[in-house]
Amino acid sequence: MNEKAPFLRLAKRENINKRNVWLIRAAAFFTALVLGGLIFVIAGADPINAYGSLLEGSLGNPAGLRQVIKVATPLLGTALALAPCFKMKYWNIGAEGQITMGAVGASYLALSFGDTWNSFLLLPAMAIMGVIFGGLWSGIPAAFKARYGTNETLFTLMMNYIAIGIVGWLQGGPWEGKPGSQIIPMFKPAAVLPRIMGVHIGWILVLILTAIMFIYMNYTKHGYEIAVLGESENTARYAGMNVTKVTIRTALLSGGISGLVGFMVASGANMTLYASVAGGVGFTAITVAWLSQLNPLGMIFISLLLAVLSKGASTLQTSLAVPASISDIITGIILLCMLGCEFFINYKIILRESKNKEGQK
Amino acid sequence: MSISVIGLIKAAVLNGTPLLFGTSGEILTEKSGNLNLGVEGLMFMGGAFGLLGAFSYGQIAGENAVGSVAIAIAFLMAFLAGVAGSLIFSFLTITLRANQNVTGLALTIFGTGVGQFVGELMRLKVGGNVTISNALKDAFANGVLPMALQKIPLVGPILFSYNVFVYIGLVMVLAMTYFFRRTRTGLALKAVGESPATADAAGISVTKYRYLATVIGGGISAVGGMVYTMTIAGSVWNHSGLAGEGWVAVALVIFCLWKPINSLWGSVLFGGLLILYLRLPLSFIPTQIYKVVPYIVTALVLIIVSMRQRKEDQPPAALGVNYFREER
Repeated sequence: MNEKAPFLRLAKRENINKRNVWLIRAAAFFTALVLGGLIFVIAGADPINAYGSLLEGSLGNPAGLRQVIKVATPLLGTALALAPCFKMKYWNIGAEGQITMGAVGASYLALSFGDTWNSFLLLPAMAIMGVIFGGLWSGIPAAFKARYGTNETLFTLMMNYIAIGIVGWLQGGPWEGKPGSQIIPMFKPAAVLPRIMGVHIGWILVLILTAIMFIYMNYTKHGYEIAVLGESENTARYAGMNVTKVTIRTALLSGGISGLVGFMVASGANMTLYASVAGGVGFTAITVAWLSQLNPLGMIFISLLLAVLSKGASTLQTSLAVPASISDIITGIILLCMLGCEFFINYKIILRESKNKEGQK
Repeated sequence: MSISVIGLIKAAVLNGTPLLFGTSGEILTEKSGNLNLGVEGLMFMGGAFGLLGAFSYGQIAGENAVGSVAIAIAFLMAFLAGVAGSLIFSFLTITLRANQNVTGLALTIFGTGVGQFVGELMRLKVGGNVTISNALKDAFANGVLPMALQKIPLVGPILFSYNVFVYIGLVMVLAMTYFFRRTRTGLALKAVGESPATADAAGISVTKYRYLATVIGGGISAVGGMVYTMTIAGSVWNHSGLAGEGWVAVALVIFCLWKPINSLWGSVLFGGLLILYLRLPLSFIPTQIYKVVPYIVTALVLIIVSMRQRKEDQPPAALGVNYFREER
C-alpha cells in the first residue's frame, strides 16, 4: 500500500472558530435557496418573486404570523422531546406515534368530562393523560431495547403506524360522533386550550419547556448521565450508572413530552382528534432536533424556519399557481444541504500539494 | 367460494408487487449496512417519474405507441429517479458522514415533495387528470403470459395471469437470492454490512460496496412506486395513493429477516393484509385494525428475533452505522 498520498485527504478539524462554522452553515443555506430557486423556475415562477411572496405570505401579515407560530409550536415541542434520546444515541423515531397516543389520552378525558368538569381541572388532567400515554407508547420499545436489545429505530417506527391505526379505529368506532361520519365530535369549550395573541397557549408552554430542557440537558445529573451513555455505554457502566434505568427513564421522558405536544395539538389547534393529528411533525422534528445539534435554543430557530416555509408555500399555491408540495422539496433541500455541511465543519480537505499539516497517524 | 379465494390470492399478489420491489431494494441497501429510511420518498419519486415517462411517450408517439416501449421507459425513469434519490443519500451518509436516520427522513420529505410536485405539475400542464391511453394502460396492467397458460383452471389464474412486473419481480428476487448465497460479491457485500472494519481489512472497498448497493437498491425500490401507480392506481396520479407504501416496505424488510427470498411470500401476505378489509370484511373486526396488522406482526417479529438471538435472523450488525476508517 505504499502508493503516493491520495489527491484529496481528510483531517479532523481540531478547533474551528464560531465565525467559520456559521459561514459554512450560511453558505449551505444559501446553496439550498439557490437549488430551491431552480425548482421555482421549473414550476414556471420567478424565483426572487416567489421567495418574496413566500415571506410576504408567512411573515407579512398577522394571520400568517399566527399560522407560523401554530405550525412551529408542535415542531419545537417534539424536537425538545427527542433531544435527550438522540443525545443518548437512542434512535427514537416514534415521536409521530407518541404524539398521536398523547392526543388519544387527552381526548379521552375531553370527550368524557367536557361537559362536567371545568377547564381548570380538565386541561391539566388532559395534559397529564397526554404525558402518560405518550410516555407509555415510548416506554414499550425502550423496555425491549433495554432487556433484549431490540432495535429501537425499527420498533418505534412500527409503533407510529399502530398508533395512527388505533385513532382510525376510534374515529370510525367507539368515539365516532354522528354514526357513519368517521369523525370524532369537537371538544367542548372546557377542553380547549385558551389563546394568547390569537394562538393557543401551547406556544408559551413550549418556550418554557425549551428553557427547562436546556437546563436539564446541560446542568443536571440526568443530563450528564445521558451524555455519558451516548458517548460510550461501557464508560457509563464502569462509572456505575444503571444503563437500563437511564435508557427507559429517558425514553419515558421523551415520549411524555411528545404526548404533551399531542395534547396541545388536539386541544389547542384541532379541538378534536383525528388519525393524522401528528401530521408528520414527529418525523420533521427529528430533522429539527438534529440540525440544531440537539441545542434547545437552536431548535426555536429551525422550527420557525420550517414553519415559515410551509406556511409561505401554501400561499404560493393560490398566488402563483405553484404546487404547495414545493415546500416539502425546499424543506428537503435545506435539510439535506445542512446535513451535508456539517462535514465541512468537522473535517477539512487537504490537497496533496499542501504539506503544512501532518496527516493522521 | 373458490372464485373469491382465487380473487383474493390474485389481489394479494398484485398489491404485493410494489412492496416486493420496495422491499427487495431496501434489503439490498440494508445488507450493506445503510439504513435508508427514504424508501417512502423514493417510491413517490418512482411513481411520479414512471408515470411522467409513460405519459410523455404516449403524447409523443400518439397512435403508434407500443406497450412494451412504454413499460421500458416507465421502468427506466422510475429506476433513475430512485438512483438519483439514493445517490443523494449515499453521498451524504457515506462521503459526508451524515447521520443515516436523519438523512433518510430528509430524503423522504424531499422525495414525497418531488413526487407530489411532478404529479401536480403534470396535472396543471395538462389541465386535468394525467393519464395514458387505454391501450397503454392495458399493456401495464394485463397478463403477459400466453392465453393458453392463463386459461388453465385454478393454476392459470393463480400463477400465470399477472402483469409483467410480477414476473420481473420474481426473477429479480431469485437473482438477488442467488447473488447473496452463491457469489463472491454478494458475500463481500454481506461482510460490509456485518463488519465494515473486517471487510476493509480484507481489501473490500466499503465505500464502493455501500454506494453501489444503496444506489441500485434505491432504484429497485423506486420501481415499486411506479408499479403501484401504473397498475394498482390505474396509471393516474393520485395525491395520496402511494402514501405509506414505502413504510410498509421498510416494515416488510424486517418481517423478511433481511432475506430476499422471504419477500416473495412476505409481500403477498402484506399485500393481502392491506386489502383484506375490502375482500373479507368481518363485522367484528374494524377495518382500521386490519390495516395495522402488518405493523403489529412486524413489531412482534422484531421482538421475537431479538429475544431468540439466532445469528442468522439478526439485522446486519452495522445497520445504520457509518464507517469511519480512522475510528476503527
